[in-house]
Amino acid sequence: MTSSVYSILGQGIQTLLVLAIAPAITGVTRLVKARLMRKSGPPLLQGYRDLFKLLRKEVIVADTASWLFRVSPYLIFSLAWLAATLVPTFATGLHFSWTGDVIVIVALLGTARFFQTLAGMDVGTAFGGMGSSRESMIATMAEPAMLLVVLNLALIASSSRLPVIADYLVTQPLAIRVSLALALMSLVIVALAENARIPVDNPATHLELTMVHEAMILEYSGRHLALIEAASQLKLVMYGSLIICLFLPFGIASVDSGPAAWFVSLVLYVGKLTLAAITLGLWEVSIAKMRVFRVGEFLGIAFIFAFLGLLLSFVTEELLR
Amino acid sequence: MNEAYDVSHFLAGLMLVVSFALIYQDRLLAVLRTFAIQAIVLALAVAWQALVQDRPNLFITAGLALGLKGIVIPLALHRMIFRLGIHRDVEQVVGVGLTMLFGLALTALSLMLVLKATASAPAVAREVLAIALAIILLGFLMMITRRNAVTQIIGFMSIENGLILGATGARGMPLVVEISVAFSVLIALFVFAVFVFRIRERFDTVDVEVLERVRGDRT
Repeated sequence: MTSSVYSILGQGIQTLLVLAIAPAITGVTRLVKARLMRKSGPPLLQGYRDLFKLLRKEVIVADTASWLFRVSPYLIFSLAWLAATLVPTFATGLHFSWTGDVIVIVALLGTARFFQTLAGMDVGTAFGGMGSSRESMIATMAEPAMLLVVLNLALIASSSRLPVIADYLVTQPLAIRVSLALALMSLVIVALAENARIPVDNPATHLELTMVHEAMILEYSGRHLALIEAASQLKLVMYGSLIICLFLPFGIASVDSGPAAWFVSLVLYVGKLTLAAITLGLWEVSIAKMRVFRVGEFLGIAFIFAFLGLLLSFVTEELLR
Repeated sequence: MNEAYDVSHFLAGLMLVVSFALIYQDRLLAVLRTFAIQAIVLALAVAWQALVQDRPNLFITAGLALGLKGIVIPLALHRMIFRLGIHRDVEQVVGVGLTMLFGLALTALSLMLVLKATASAPAVAREVLAIALAIILLGFLMMITRRNAVTQIIGFMSIENGLILGATGARGMPLVVEISVAFSVLIALFVFAVFVFRIRERFDTVDVEVLERVRGDRT
């Protein structure tokens, strides 16, 4: 009885937690970037202020927009939120975690991207169409790599459910696993591409011929824009949590261990996520954006790494069975 | 998990990744640097095998790999590239993506083949053999897809790296054979170097495609 109460309670906390910290995590990255460029940068709470300001503002919709344009922000936001609640953050075995595995998360994000690209083309501006076509190109190459990483982890832990994989990796004795390292590199590249981060896309630009994500959402305003911004912040948190849960899962609590253990694990999780955001900021200032036509090669590396990791863990399974 | 297997798996896997990096690189100096890294990883892998199998003569092999292929040959090729004045060249590889996919297919093929064929051997030997075969095939792939004579030499050398890795994992190669292989590779390098300079003198380029025209394969 208590365990089901705990799992529902924990799920509720996580659902609110990811939503609450998402703007702050993006804010940390922005702040790190600004400080390294010797600017003072926006305060950490600026993300929240922006969202609240956008929510109060009037929505302006183009005359040519269809219902799809109005519906998409809500869909994109709820799909991203749902995906973020499925990844174990501070505790494993939460209530929702038995309903969806990693493949479901990939599918949810794919659906969100589908609506985003459609909405980008809906109004009929040149920028929107260009952004949508580039986003589709990037996604076609990032998704196979992501699925191969998932397959690799599923092969190692004999399950595709994230809590099981995290539990398995926590309980394993420390060992050098080259296939996990390859999977990590592949997943990081995919995460950079999917979150429109610097070698692939520049999140800080609004008027450039190279923009991808910003080009798609150029026509949005008011609460629609707020929802889309919140969705991309959630997506960043989701990818960060995914990488933490798969590759740095130490200290993650089990859901049955009670609120006191959750709290410790939660502080640890927020610390790890902040560290990831700082690393992202460091990475972004130290590297230049790629030409769009080189993105294929960059994501090709992710695919190669994921595939090699899969082959190597296949060898290990075969030999040490 | 036994650490003997883990470390040798890690080093062999690293060599495989570096082999892919060799195929991926299209700048001559970067190819050279990647090749040196591969030789250093090979030396580490061989040294680990020497520790695990308790065969101190493998340390000599590791030293040869490090000294000859990690330092001497890259330096020699480095000088050669600068003397030929092609150090800034970017080689037009025929479709990096396609080559990489071919490489993946070759890797999968060799893993499946060796794991099936060596069912009774110990785990470390099986896996080192499988990865060594993959590295050899990737070296062949590199030689096939490149047109520059210098990168073809590096492809050849990386085949030899794969051979050494396989030989040390399989507890069989006597030291005499190993040393003679190492030195024959060194001699091959000299022969190659002479050839490359001759090709250069004759045709004013190191693109081996011109040889096909001379042979009459292509008009």
